[in-house]
Parts: sequence; structure tokens; C-alpha cells
Amino acid sequence: MKRLYLFQGGVHPSGQKISQNAPIEELGAPDRVVVPLSQHIGAPCEATVAPGDRVKKGDRVGQATGFVSVNIHAPISGVVKSIGTFPHPVGRPLPAVEIESDGEDTWADTLKPREDYMDLSPETLKEIIQDMGIVGMGGAAFPTHVKLSPPKEKPIDTFIINGAECEPYLTADHRLMLEEPESIIAGARIAMRILGVTRGIIAIESNKPDAIEKMKELTEDILELGVVALKVRYPQGAEKQLIKTLLNREVPFLGGLPMDVGAVVQNVGTLSAIFKAVRFGIPLIERITTVTGSGVRAPKNLRVRIGTPIKVLIEACRGFTSEIGKVIMGGPMMGVSQHSLEAPVVKGTSGILFQPVAEVQAVVAQPCIRCGSCIRACPARLMPTVLGVFAQRDMFEEAERCDVVECIECGCCNYVCPAKIPLVQLLRYAKAEVLARRKAA
Amino acid sequence: MDDRQFILSSSPHIHSGESTPRIMYSVGVALVPAMFMGVYLFGFRALWVMLLSVVAGMATEAGAQRMMGRKVTVSDGSAMVTGILLALNLPPPVPWWLVVVGSAIAIVIGKQIYGGLGYNPFNPALVARVILLISFPVQMTTWAKPSAALSRTVDVVTTATPLGAMKTHLLVKGTLEGFTMGELWNPFIGNIGGCIGETSVIALLIGAGFLLYRGYISWHIPLTFIGTVFIFSGIFWLINPNQHMNPVFHILTGGLMLGAFYMATDMVTSPVTYRGMMVFGAGCGAITVIIRLFGGYPEGVSYSILLMNAATPLIDRYMRPKTFGWRAVSPR
Repeated sequence: MKRLYLFQGGVHPSGQKISQNAPIEELGAPDRVVVPLSQHIGAPCEATVAPGDRVKKGDRVGQATGFVSVNIHAPISGVVKSIGTFPHPVGRPLPAVEIESDGEDTWADTLKPREDYMDLSPETLKEIIQDMGIVGMGGAAFPTHVKLSPPKEKPIDTFIINGAECEPYLTADHRLMLEEPESIIAGARIAMRILGVTRGIIAIESNKPDAIEKMKELTEDILELGVVALKVRYPQGAEKQLIKTLLNREVPFLGGLPMDVGAVVQNVGTLSAIFKAVRFGIPLIERITTVTGSGVRAPKNLRVRIGTPIKVLIEACRGFTSEIGKVIMGGPMMGVSQHSLEAPVVKGTSGILFQPVAEVQAVVAQPCIRCGSCIRACPARLMPTVLGVFAQRDMFEEAERCDVVECIECGCCNYVCPAKIPLVQLLRYAKAEVLARRKAA
Repeated sequence: MDDRQFILSSSPHIHSGESTPRIMYSVGVALVPAMFMGVYLFGFRALWVMLLSVVAGMATEAGAQRMMGRKVTVSDGSAMVTGILLALNLPPPVPWWLVVVGSAIAIVIGKQIYGGLGYNPFNPALVARVILLISFPVQMTTWAKPSAALSRTVDVVTTATPLGAMKTHLLVKGTLEGFTMGELWNPFIGNIGGCIGETSVIALLIGAGFLLYRGYISWHIPLTFIGTVFIFSGIFWLINPNQHMNPVFHILTGGLMLGAFYMATDMVTSPVTYRGMMVFGAGCGAITVIIRLFGGYPEGVSYSILLMNAATPLIDRYMRPKTFGWRAVSPR
């Protein structure tokens, strides 16, 4: 039994994994998709198609524009209707490729099965991963090949397979671990080959005993891979907190990365996508998204084409139970509230949560009573209440001195605050200001 | 479907359900055993003192907020808690007008003058108690003998608090020889002279257990406070038992239990980190012992807490937690 360490802080929201027993369902090709050119952290793609072009499923429609950038592909076959700005989950309209389906859903002839993929060189494997548009699917959508390219002076000794899925409500990773565990393991072996690492840890929160069991069963004979059951605590699945728990190493602040402490973390969904890309040449054109919350009649885990508007998913889940107050892309702790049901599912969309009006309270912030709950809950060991005051008064130098940029925006402080102060919003504001000033300086 | 209006807000989109009123009313509930013992030991008069203090406090708060044109927030329970705490810190025979004056002082000078809940540097109930003690020393140090019977009228059989008696004995005789603390049972249930809510150790511990269980206080302040008093007074007792009482006497008498569990732990006026709380508690304990053993007053809990309240911003500043990942970067 591997020894576990503790990260400080964190909270225990009710799990609400109401969709955990719903097997993955194929949503299939919608009539129309809107594929944003920016679905990852880093430089947006450049469109490689023009309105009127015919595309097949898997054809490249956007070209990466740098190292920290990946391609995007047509999720359906059909005709490019337009290239323009469309609603995007981040809240403001962004450039996207609009494709209308021809109803055929035919694959491009670029598919490339590779039997001998484990003989490919790390460089080739990384090229495939970038080419196939793979990004981190846990939510942050950081280009995967970048994370798999640590410089020589930073040796990696541990590869962490992140199946924690600590956000309440979300069950996409859980279902994937139950239904397609082989693809995760194969993807992990590809990533470990790229990194030249011989130790891999599959980390799963203990509220998913069936997934833990399954993974243990399948890795029994694989010496390099071990399974670790994590205590349930949000944000256990956050990269830095996960590394701390498993290895007792703290990723250095001021812009440190997991590779600085010899670790690389990849989400289980990403690894499955890596396997499909490398083994079959299937680009990242679909993902598993949990459609959940007491606002939908039938919470489900759907395999959704990238670019499918949210409204299509609602129909698949038998509509709303009552009037909806909030539509959240992602989990309830870190998700982004949506103003339009036209916004599409993107590569980082782990779930869509529908909260009925009754669940959405108007929040009036009261004065801080200095209870210190936010400080005890902060996994980054910051003092959110103090930083919140700095933010309110535009005291950015003080906020910077108190490490506001180390905030991971997990929402724990906000969740526990008895005065209901919008701490995450305040800290995010101060963080953005401090980073902008640093850039300007 | 598309013209539907959804609420947009920053994450997180769920909340623990914790609230300021819930914390305040829990403190009120935790004080019920102490209030009950106050009435049991000192008669119905104690009940009137409490009621008067709470009503006057809440009325003052509402009046002050209305006068300032602010939102009236009496329902958050903080004025109620201040009122209860002040009442528990008053001697049983206290005249009614003093209760009203004290309550008004607590709310106006202790709290609203700084901007209301959350902004006051000092514990409001203690500010009031200390101002009363300095301004009305006679009324504030006339103690009643606890009569277990629930008598409607307190025939004020005056008595001294154990700490007061000890100080007098020491002054008169020059030594503690001949002074006994009596049965331990008495301070434990509260059968000694003192403020309405401070004498019954058992009642205070029951309520404190509730607050600890609910997580509204942590052990850090009470344990370091009481522990420091025990150790510090124990050292002096070991050095010279003729001049100093034993540490058990010191932790069971006076306002230590009330102060350590309910006054020093006031969230607004105590440090926000555990490390800071321990510094705060130890400071309270040390100052309490110094005042009790070497000061002019027999009791020093109130003063010690107020002095450490003043040090709280400084403690918070130096007890800032080390940010995640600092080790790898800061020079070793």
C-alpha cells in the first residue's frame, strides 16, 4: 500500500454523482456543429477550410499556429457553412468553423491504423498527438504534447494518471474508467514511453470503488502501473494537490510546473484520446461529457462530438425538470456559467450542469467576520479574505506580495465563506491585474 | 429557447450553507448551559439581567444603524451574542441601568463606531465590561453569594470571589497560609462568587464542547490560554506556595473558562490562522497570570484578551501561512 501525504485545505461538498450508473451513450452527429478555433490554452488555430468546402469526419479544419497550439478537426462530415464568430463557452463570441452535416457521417481517408505503434519514436508519437489535436481533457485543455516534452534538465520519474474526478456531479472519467479502461492504460503506456518513465500511478478517489477495482484487475500484471485510492476531498484532482498527495512534492510557486518536481499528470480521458489517436489515427473530435444536475430529467454521460451546441444535449436528456437558473459548463466548483444554449461542447467540456431556479440563490455578500474558514480551506495556503480586501481596494502590490497569482481558483474559500463574499471573483480580478502589470513591466 | 435568461456568476456555483447568523445563533445555543446555571445559582434576577442586556443591545444596534442610514442587521444574531456575553460578565446584583449602559457601550463604542460587525478590533462585550469596571467600581465588584434556590428576590448576601478573597488575604496577612480554596466541586458547578455566567466550569465546558464539535471554535486559543495560565501559575506556585495559589485554583476560578472559550475565541477580534491563535492564546494566558499575581486587580482575563485583541493584526501579519510551493523557490 502506497503511503499517501496530505495537501492542506480543501472541502467536502456533497458528491452528487447522480449520473454515475448511466452508461456512456452515443449522441451521434448533430445537424450542425460550431467548432471554435480556440479550444486550448495557447495560440488559437488558423482555419484551413473556406465556406463551401466539403469536409469529412476527421479532416483537419484548423492548423496549429505554434508549439503551444494544436490542430482541430471536423467532427462530422458535411459542408463548411461559414467561418465567423460564434458563442463560446468562455462567454464572449470567438472565431469558429460552422459545419452543416450531410447526414452521412463518413470518415476521412486519413485514418491511419498503426499496429506497431509502440515501436514509434517518442518524437513521432508527440507529432501524432499534436497533429490529432489532443489537449488535457480534465478541463484546462492544455496541449498534451507540450506536457509530454519536458526539457532534458528536468528528469521525470513518475507519471500520474488522473482519475480523481473530484468535482461534484461529474462522472465522465468514472464511466470511461469502467467502460474503456484498456484505452486509458494503453494511452498511459504511450505517454510513459514518450517520457521514458517506468513508474505510473493511477490515482482514483475512493468514491469510485468499481473503477479502482477494474483498474487494479487490469494492471495486475503490469509492473510499471499501480493504482492508488485517494481520500475524497476537493480539489484532490488538481494537478499540484495530486502530486503533493502521491509524492509529497510541492510544485514550486512563481510559475513552477509538475515537471520541475519530476512528475507529469494526465487525465484519464486525455490518455484514452492519445491511444485512439496513435493506434487508429482518430483525431480528438468527440469526448465524454456528463449532462447532469437536478435541472435535467435524465442525467447522462454522453459521447458528444466537439462543436455540438448545448441545446442538443438537453434533448438527449429528456429536457428540463423545471425552469433553469444556471447552465454551467464544467463542475459546480470551477465551471463557467453560460448565457447561451448555443455555446458548443469543446475539448475541455467535462460536464454541463443544469441548476433549476430554486437551487440558485441570489447571494448578498456580508462583512467578513474573520472566521478564517477560507484560509483553512485554501489548498494553495493563501489568505483569501486578506487578498479579497486588497482586490476590493485595488491594492495590487500588496496582493502580489501575498502571492495572489498562486490562487488556483478552485473555489474552496468561496464555498465555505459564511459571509458569502465572492472571493474567487475578487482573487481572479487581482490575479489578472497583477499578471497584466508583470507583463507590462 | 434562446432568449431564455440564465444567471451568470463567477464560480463556485454551490455553497456549504454556512452563514454568519448560523454561527452567531450556535454561540447563543452554546451559552444556554451557562445561562441556565446563572439563573439556578443567582436567581431570576440573573435572567432579567440577561434579557435586559440582550434587548438593550439589539435595540441599540438597530437604533445606531438606522441613525447612520445603514441596513439594520440585528437579525444576524451578533448583537444578541454580545448582549448575552456582557450579561454573563456582570455581577448578579448589578443595577438595571448599568446593564443598559453597558449594552449600549458594547454596541456603540465596541462595535458600530468602527463600522459594525467584522470591523471592531476589540471584543465589544469586554470593552463594555472594562469601561463599566473602571467607571462603576463599586457596583461592578459587589458579588452575591450563590443560593441554589430559585429565589425571585436576591437577598444580596454579598460575598467575595475566590480570586478577590485570595488577594485580600494576601494583602492583610502577607501570606497565603490559612487560605483554602475549599472543595473543588464548588467552582466546578459554580457555587462560588463571581459574574453571572463565569462561575460554573461544567456549564461552560458543555457549551464549549458543542462549539468545538460544530467547528465554530478550535482548540488552539482555549488550550493555549488555559494551558499557559496553568503552567505559568504553576511555576510560581512551585517557587513559593505561600505567596501563590496552586494552578488548579487559577484555572477553575475567575473568568478564565468563560474568557478562554467564548471571549478570546471571538472570530472578529482573534487571529485567523491556527498558529496565530496559539500565539494569541499564550499571550492571553501570560498576561492573565501577570495581572492576577502581580497586578492591582484580582482578575485579569478581560484585560488580557483586550490587550491581545490589539496585537491581533500584528500576529496575523507575521503568522501568514507559507504559500504552496514556497520551499523550492525561497532561499534556504
